[in-house]
Amino acid sequence: MGTTDFTKEVTVKDPKKLSLISFSGDFDKLVATFTLATGAASVGYEVNIFFTFWGLDAIKKKQGHSFVGKGFLGKLFGFMMGGLGSAPVSRLNFLGISPKIFRYLMRKKNVATLEELVDAAKVLGIKMYACEMAMHILGLEQSDFIQEVKGVLGVTTFLELSEGGRTLFI
Amino acid sequence: MSTYKLDITREHCPMTFVKTKIQLSKLQPGDILEVLLTEGEPLENVPRSSREQGYTVLSVSHVEGHIHQVTIQR
Repeated sequence: MGTTDFTKEVTVKDPKKLSLISFSGDFDKLVATFTLATGAASVGYEVNIFFTFWGLDAIKKKQGHSFVGKGFLGKLFGFMMGGLGSAPVSRLNFLGISPKIFRYLMRKKNVATLEELVDAAKVLGIKMYACEMAMHILGLEQSDFIQEVKGVLGVTTFLELSEGGRTLFI
Repeated sequence: MSTYKLDITREHCPMTFVKTKIQLSKLQPGDILEVLLTEGEPLENVPRSSREQGYTVLSVSHVEGHIHQVTIQR
């Protein structure tokens, strides 16, 4: 009967590395993603963000409701999603009223807005990547994304990039 | 050698660190950055993360109330 060696030490080779999987296109989860990313990058972490599925909407070059994507359904999804400006909150969205209230409160309380956090991520040189498979489904190409998106990846390349650091799925 | 000032007393996480990092990255060797910040996380972490990134923390001094000044040199 085989035994598991629990004494084997699991080491984090490079603890100053944070890799985030941005799956959700929700306003609040994007705020969490970019807050973690910019905070970590500011204190010296290497930060990777891998955008997939709904998360891809956050990094589109053409923001707002536009027919970005290939094919009828791809274009329709692109139009319905609408980018950062129309990202819903994950709870109590109230037909899009809540994100507006959040933005108002964030400005009033001098907390960085989502757009400011994204701008900070660009300035800090955070590495952003797009998921090849989700792009294929939605009919998107790398040229549809902001220039800070450094590449189009699959799972195995993301695993290589994130190896040795911490990884979070948001 | 130049001295720059940064006030992050009205900022909140993560912009306290973001603004410090951006300002630090603009320094030339020998330049100094004086950062005004509040007690708590900024006071605990700005000097520590600056040291970790290879900068020299010349001093941490109390200014008034909850406000402190951290002087950092590249």
